[in-house]
Formats: sequence, C-alpha cells, structure tokens
Amino acid sequence: MFNPEMSWAKRHLLDIQSLTKSEILTVLDTASVFKQVGQRAIKKVPALRGKTVVNLFVEPSTRTRVSFELAAQRLTADIVNFTTEASSFKKGETLKDTVRNLEALTADIIIIRHQSAGAAHFLSRFTKASVINAGDGAHSHPTQALLDLYTMREHKGDLKGKQVTILGDILFSRVARSSIWGLRKLGAQITLCGPPTLVPKSLESMGCRVTYDMQEALAQADIVSLLRIQHERQQQSMFPSLGEYSKFFGLNKERLKWVRPDALIMHPGPINRGVEIDSDIADSERSVILEQVTNGLAIRMAVLFLVNGGQHPQDLPACDLSVEA
Amino acid sequence: MKSAFTHRTGEQVQTMVDSMADAILRDHQCESRLALVGIQQKGVLLARAIHQKLQATRSDLQLVFGELDVGLYRDDLSSNPAPVMNPTMIPESLEDAVLILVDDVIQSGRTIRAALDAILDFGRPRRIQLAVLFDRGQRQLPIQPDYVGEAVELEPEEFIILKTLEAGSGLEVCLTQK
Repeated sequence: MFNPEMSWAKRHLLDIQSLTKSEILTVLDTASVFKQVGQRAIKKVPALRGKTVVNLFVEPSTRTRVSFELAAQRLTADIVNFTTEASSFKKGETLKDTVRNLEALTADIIIIRHQSAGAAHFLSRFTKASVINAGDGAHSHPTQALLDLYTMREHKGDLKGKQVTILGDILFSRVARSSIWGLRKLGAQITLCGPPTLVPKSLESMGCRVTYDMQEALAQADIVSLLRIQHERQQQSMFPSLGEYSKFFGLNKERLKWVRPDALIMHPGPINRGVEIDSDIADSERSVILEQVTNGLAIRMAVLFLVNGGQHPQDLPACDLSVEA
Repeated sequence: MKSAFTHRTGEQVQTMVDSMADAILRDHQCESRLALVGIQQKGVLLARAIHQKLQATRSDLQLVFGELDVGLYRDDLSSNPAPVMNPTMIPESLEDAVLILVDDVIQSGRTIRAALDAILDFGRPRRIQLAVLFDRGQRQLPIQPDYVGEAVELEPEEFIILKTLEAGSGLEVCLTQK
C-alpha cells in the first residue's frame, strides 16, 4: 500500500530551492535504502524496468555522467548517453529540437548538464519527460547538494544547528549555491570563507555568515566543505595565482590544527591537489571525499526512482528561504 | 455496507499466531534451520510474533530472521507515486534455505509476487512458503498462502490495521475505512 503521507510528487528535480524540507528528507531516506542495495551481491533492482533515461550532457562531465549512468543501470532502465562531441549540436540543432527528438525516441527521464543557468527549467516547460538537473551554469547542481547533505547527515545526524563552513570559490559554484539552499532548509548554520573576490559579502543575503578569517571559520565547524577552484568558469582572474590562493586559503597541515578533531572534511571533486587541499589531508581518514562518490550513486538512484513516480506538474520555484520548523 | 468484522483482541491474535507457529513446526519437524522473512512494514510485526513462538517451542531450531521491502519490485511503479521505502535486512544467504514469507494481509497477491522476485535476489531458497494473518480473498494472481490465521470478507473500502499493543508486547487488529 502507498503511504498517503508520501512526500514526493514532483515530476522533475530542477533545483534545491523549490524543494521542501520534507521532500529533501524523502530523497535522503530513499537513498539510504539504495545504499543498502549497493551492498548486496545482486546490486540491480527492477524498479525502472522498461524506462528510457537519457544523459544529455551539453557541458562535458565524467563523474556525474557515470554516476547517473550506473544509477539508471542499477534500476534496470535503458540509458542513452548524448554528449556534445558526438551530437547534432555541432550541426546547429537547438536544445529544444534535440529534446523533441529524444522524446520521439520515447525518453522517459532526461538528465541535463548545461553551461547555461536555467537550461533544466527551460526544458521542463515543454517536454513530457521528467527532467533532472545535473548542473546548469553557476545556478544549481541539486544531486551534488543532496549527496553532500546525505553524507553530512550520515556522520553528524540531524543537521539542525550544525556549523558548516564552506570554503573557496563560492561565487562560481553551483554546488555551493545548492548546498546553501539545502543546508538552510535543514536548519544548519553556514559560514562562507575565501578570497573576497570569490566570496562577496552579498552572499549574506542567502542567509549565511561571510568571513575572511580562516582560523575563525574553521575553528567552529562541525563540517568543512572545500570547493574546487573553477578556472574554466572564471572569465577574468579573481586572484593572482593558484599558488597564492593555496598560500592563503588552502587547507594544509598547519591549518588543519584549527579544525576540530571530529569535524568532517568534504570536497565535491575533482580535487585540485595542493590548491584547495593538501594531498595528505585529502587521503586521510578525516576526509570523506570517496564516500561522497558512493553516496552520490545512491542519491541518483533515489532521484530517478522518485521522479519516475512523480505525477504533478511543477510550478516554477518561489524563492523562499524561510527555514521550516 | 459494513462487514461483521470489527477487530481482534491481543489474545485472539496471539491464538492465531500460536496455531500458525504450531502448523509451521508440524510441517518442518525434520528441518534444523528455517528462515522467516517479514514483508515491510506490518508483515515484520507478525513475523516477529511468529519468530518468538517458534523459538519458545523449539529452541534447537536455527532461525534466520529477515525484513524485506518490496517497493522496488512492485508492478505499479509507473502509475503511482514512488512508495515510501523501508530497510531490507537479510542477515545471511538464503541459498538452499526453507523460507517462510510473512505478511499481515493477502488480497490481490501482487505484494507476494514482488516479494518472490525480491527474495530471489538474495539466493535460491529450496522452498518458499507463505504465512498471513488474514486472507481477504479477491486474488488477481495465482498465489495462495500456506498458513492463514483467519479468512475474512471485507468491503473494498475497509482495511485491516495490525498494530502493537500499547502495553508493549503483543499485537491487536482493528478495522479502518478509507
């Protein structure tokens, strides 16, 4: 029997800000079941049998694409990879036409990664398929935020009141933006730190504290989340050099002493070793970077499973930052 | 129109559980190991009660206790919202085991069909049987229970709720309208 209190009815996953706290928790709880499935001898379940999933990756990506691909396969869906290099985008076809063609091939779920913010929203307005946002410009990367929340909750329990410090390239980071929305909804306290060019004070409007004092930012954290410096997204140089960034904001052995011994160290990958984080720390027991990858698979299985059952048309997100009780 | 069935007290449920456990032991006198797998969520409650009785009656019997969620194996996932998932916990391989699936109520038989598929992903049991507290008929698949507490006739809008007694141990049953 279906639980009438089931708290997921959405057909798409486009961002984090339009999810309610209960929807976020539903994804996390469902993912924990899929994590168990991943530990069985037979890791495949028939939940999406007969469904067609398309990985539409207009912006290149390896890990997220592979993670979604394996997630769909574990759910017994058929999956097609559609990447820019080998597609008709090069021949000038529009995104809309491409998607219409994919629909004609009976795609049930379209996973889109695009360099333009809003691409997933745009797609969801005209396609009959479910749309999952796998990263759109500097806007949102909901499954990454969800897997981070999952990893944090697995180690630290309820996130209400927990201190989370996000360090590094916040301005260009869709991961940071998504995580901030999600953490706020779950009641965590967020501190942002990094060079002022990448962590402008205006980010306080998202309900975070901004500081440029790294020692202070690290000392109180239950969770330290490092972000990759995204050279490719920076049109101009936001700091003099990677060496200088590392000198002032990299997590090295000395600065690790400022971090509480029980604090969790996270990074969404790919790591720039020696820039945001020293190799030794990334490989140490305190970092959960590879656990994040394993949890990502469970989160993506959960998201595919949930949107497949979603029936309701989705309103465009209201920018509601209020934290639910 | 409402049916005559209203509820079953803790004592009445215990009597049904006892007689189901007795029947299971009678059929499996020669076995040294039995696997008891409850279907989430209410089947797990019933499986625990049967497990307790089996253990009390035959302490030499090696019992494997499991919990199974069949949500990922349902045949109606395309037409319904995703079901709430509960943990599946199968502590050891079911290869060559004699296994008794336990659920609170059987009606269409579709949950049991899903459970059979799910179980086979954990090994190939030598034999699978089915125990249910209530059989309310109206089968849609050719699946029949081996052990039944009671056969009941209910109106379509009536649902049986199995719950733990407030006192702690023991189960009771009531009816709800949907």
